[in-house]
Amino acid sequence: MSDTVLSVRDLVVEIPTRAAVLRPVDKVSYDIGRGEILGVVGESGAGKSMTGNAVIGLLDRPARIASGEIYLNGTRIDDMAQRDMRRVRGKEIGMVFQDPLTSLNPLLPIGDQLTETMLEHLDITPREAEGRAVAALEEVGIPAARERINSYPHEFSGGMRQRVVIALALCAEPSLVIADEPTTALDVSVQAQIIALLKRLCRERGTAVMLVTHDMGVIAETADRVAVMYAGRLAELGPVRDVLTTPRHPYTDGLMGSTPLASKGLDRLRQIPGSMPRLGALPNGCAFHPRCPRTQDRCRANPGPTLDTCDGRAACWFPMGQAEAAE
Amino acid sequence: MTPLVRVDRLSRIFDVSKPWLNRMLERLPRALLTAVSDVSFDIPERQVYALVGESGSGKSTIGRMVVGLLRPSEGGVTVEGIDLTRETDADKIEAVRSDIQMIFQDPYASLNPRWKVRDIIAEPVAARGGDTQGLAERLLEQVGLAAEDAGKFPHEFSGGQRQRICIARALASEPKLIVCDEPTSALDVSVQAQVLNLMSDLKEEFGLTYLFISHDLTVVQHMADTIGVLYLGRLVEEAAPDDLFTTPRHPYTQMLLAAAPKMDGFGREVEPPQGEIPDPINPPTGCAFHPRCPIAVARCSAERPELRFVGGARVACHLAQ
Repeated sequence: MSDTVLSVRDLVVEIPTRAAVLRPVDKVSYDIGRGEILGVVGESGAGKSMTGNAVIGLLDRPARIASGEIYLNGTRIDDMAQRDMRRVRGKEIGMVFQDPLTSLNPLLPIGDQLTETMLEHLDITPREAEGRAVAALEEVGIPAARERINSYPHEFSGGMRQRVVIALALCAEPSLVIADEPTTALDVSVQAQIIALLKRLCRERGTAVMLVTHDMGVIAETADRVAVMYAGRLAELGPVRDVLTTPRHPYTDGLMGSTPLASKGLDRLRQIPGSMPRLGALPNGCAFHPRCPRTQDRCRANPGPTLDTCDGRAACWFPMGQAEAAE
Repeated sequence: MTPLVRVDRLSRIFDVSKPWLNRMLERLPRALLTAVSDVSFDIPERQVYALVGESGSGKSTIGRMVVGLLRPSEGGVTVEGIDLTRETDADKIEAVRSDIQMIFQDPYASLNPRWKVRDIIAEPVAARGGDTQGLAERLLEQVGLAAEDAGKFPHEFSGGQRQRICIARALASEPKLIVCDEPTSALDVSVQAQVLNLMSDLKEEFGLTYLFISHDLTVVQHMADTIGVLYLGRLVEEAAPDDLFTTPRHPYTQMLLAAAPKMDGFGREVEPPQGEIPDPINPPTGCAFHPRCPIAVARCSAERPELRFVGGARVACHLAQ
């Protein structure tokens, strides 16, 4: 974890609308080191996917990066020209999306899709590329890879398709992989296979991974560090074991409590009252204060707490201590 | 005491063959997909019976047959002593039908966008000519929304609120049994907790019985009184939650539990399960799980295991003890 692969500094993404300028990502900063898996969790609308899309420069208009900096291996990439960015995508950054069917071309055999990517980004001959494509498919555990290289995406099951997507994301040997809900569409047993595969490949190659998911269980087993997002802001960032066992931000604590696993043996699940505010109607100060059981006057006042102005781990003026969380 | 619901040797076969002419020209055989095969279980009154399984295990098909959206190919569903597949007296069937309601997975697809919430909720009662005066307002308050919401349209609500509207609609005809097909799968965890708590409260308040269908083991463990595990259309194990999670007896249940992510499984390295669910059109002979089973013996590929009592559970495995 010595050298930093991805560094995001004070990233702000804005969507201008007729009524107001919305901020789906607000001053988010984090680093991912070589071979490290950073889990990004949060509920829908928290800005998880938007952060990932900003990093690879694939924000849908009119969303745009309003301020902040993104560095990949020391090179600034957020202000790159689209043409240069194309080289970075695919070569330096691999993507794995939730739905494997939409990230594969249904009209091309999977072998062609793999070789196309490698010929574009690596300095190799078509014959070498084909050999590497077979090797890549074998590596992700596709049986009879040499025969299946001419198969079309629809001939594979969901789990096998996601393996092909992972092979595609890793074939140009990127230094960063962004996996956006890679197992959400899959069954539990297939999910376990895909997660184990992703972990193994990243450990072997030292690839940095940004794993976006809403499943706390997957995060616990996979990530080294975890970033909890709420209403576009980082609520908590720290080593996965610390954040999940002794959360400091009341939102993390509520999120953990509402998973059925954490409420084992209780008749009722702990629940957070209310729902996440709409981006157009964010409350003043800390965005979580209307739902927070620990709210005090300071929480309602601007500017709201950030990781930097608090203890560096939780964006909360009154973070939960070790003793309380252990109760 | 007779159970509220008795599902007896239920089977459903879908014909997924190509059209007749293609079959003749390409000399293809008929393709029959057995979605549910010989499933029997009882649900006592005021209990939560959960069906878990992966995609293609037939859990939703069973739910649809229980509410009557699909006809069984074989076997029957008996609710309140009336066999819904064989009873010929329309009045009796009608009486039982109004005691059964359903909640679907996708709260965006299951509410008519052109109807006001009031009409959506009152519909099950209005369709039978009942009194709907103030009904929607009362139910909305019971599911944690405001009475004024009755005049709004579904698009004005979030996913969790829509699922509350679906629950209110299901409660309108004062049912005894509610079939919930993945009721919280489309929701975020914190919203899921709110909806699950609401469902528990309503169960106590109205004396409801749930058939709870889910792929999420943690949700099922929290909600159920009895859990039935399905694999490829067959019931492979049935046990109480504590029993199932501490001593799973079927190798498939064991595999499923081992594969589920654990909240305290930091850096856990597990050997992931091998293989995938086989093709239901050509299922394996004998026990459907034997090609993936770590302890399979010769008998497993030849003879299909029947559900039998082992300890306090029912297990369909030759080797379970």
